[in-house]
Amino acid sequence: MLDLNKDNFEQEVLGTPGLVLVDYWGTSCEPCKALMPEMEKLMARYGDKLKFCKLNTSENRRLAIGQKVLGLPTLIIYKDGQKIKELSGAENCTPKAIEDMIQETLAV
Amino acid sequence: MLRECQIVIIGGGPAGLAAGLYAARARLKTVIIERAKWGGQATTTEELANYPGSVEEPTGPKLMARMKEQAEQFGAELLTTEVTAIESHGDDYILHVKDGQIKAGAVIIGTGAQPQLLGVPGELEFRGKGVSYCATCDADFFTDLEVVVIGGGDAAVEEAIYLTKFASKVTIIHRRNEFRAARSIVDKALQNEKISIIWDSVVEEIRGDGIVQEVSLKNVKTGMKQEMATDGVFIFTGTKPVNDLFNGLIKINEKGYIITDEDMCTSRKGIFAAGDVRVKKLRQVVTAAADGAIAAISAEKYLEEKHEQEKAKKLLDKEVKKIC
Repeated sequence: MLDLNKDNFEQEVLGTPGLVLVDYWGTSCEPCKALMPEMEKLMARYGDKLKFCKLNTSENRRLAIGQKVLGLPTLIIYKDGQKIKELSGAENCTPKAIEDMIQETLAV
Repeated sequence: MLRECQIVIIGGGPAGLAAGLYAARARLKTVIIERAKWGGQATTTEELANYPGSVEEPTGPKLMARMKEQAEQFGAELLTTEVTAIESHGDDYILHVKDGQIKAGAVIIGTGAQPQLLGVPGELEFRGKGVSYCATCDADFFTDLEVVVIGGGDAAVEEAIYLTKFASKVTIIHRRNEFRAARSIVDKALQNEKISIIWDSVVEEIRGDGIVQEVSLKNVKTGMKQEMATDGVFIFTGTKPVNDLFNGLIKINEKGYIITDEDMCTSRKGIFAAGDVRVKKLRQVVTAAADGAIAAISAEKYLEEKHEQEKAKKLLDKEVKKIC
């Protein structure tokens, strides 16, 4: 997964045509870390259709808040730089719910 | 793909991991299934100093990582997947998971609980945008900002103290005029200069523009209403059981918790429940782990008896054939 930061976020997410999934995580967020291997699996399956990225919010707090993210884990799908789908909170961000969100996006 | 095992455990928190450890140690083929976060709710607690023996680095994530490792060492198989249905199949049970089925002689449910929603306007809309149920996950965002904490139990007061490491001000809003939390925790909070408390009050609405900006408060005694500016709302007003799978299959109480006897047996033969998901008074890591151990031993005994009965039946059938 592509590591995002304040230097490349604009170009890799907001300025990228097509679908981009951003996994907002943090170093003290255990549910986020538990999700990582599952995200890798999803990337193996859907990586050719969406660009998979992750953003460490502990190191990029302002950038995350700028995207109106103040809670973890949060997963956002952008299309042509615009947010189109969002999932937030440990109970909601299950591997199954994330895959459903990806499939819904691809079905449109 | 159909897998077979003797005991299948649903839930990878302290109840499920302890059950897995005991079952695997009893040399039963054991599978533990977790849908997302191994360790369960305990992984979101920074300080977990009341688990006996948890002295060195007593954090939730560390303790749960050790429990998981221990269950694996004893031979339990750990699967990260979601159970979508349970059906009975003769004396056995079949669990449907995403990529196949798992057949087992006994099932232990340790699905636990999850945060209870407050149920006020704005709560869902601002989830992840200032509304949070996990201080360790989200405290970072509120560095030098002001937050409110809703609730009056152990979790609310403990997490309020944790949040003072980040936020500039933490206001606890509680519907009563005293805390239910343990005295030692309350004393710590009362001494903390960053914490202030609004008693006898409830939050009626959470508002903002894309992210949380204010809450509407109502004093339940005087009826007085006021607006309060805040950057974050942390909600710790209790939990609700994760029981979607078992509705109709086994007996639950009016709040949705599974009813068991002291051996963790549910209303259905071969299904056991342990931890926060069952009816009980004290929901702690230590009581969940204890439930798990009891459930595993009860399940082991149940499988043994079932096996003995089958053997006896076969013997009887043979005898009957001889006589005829």
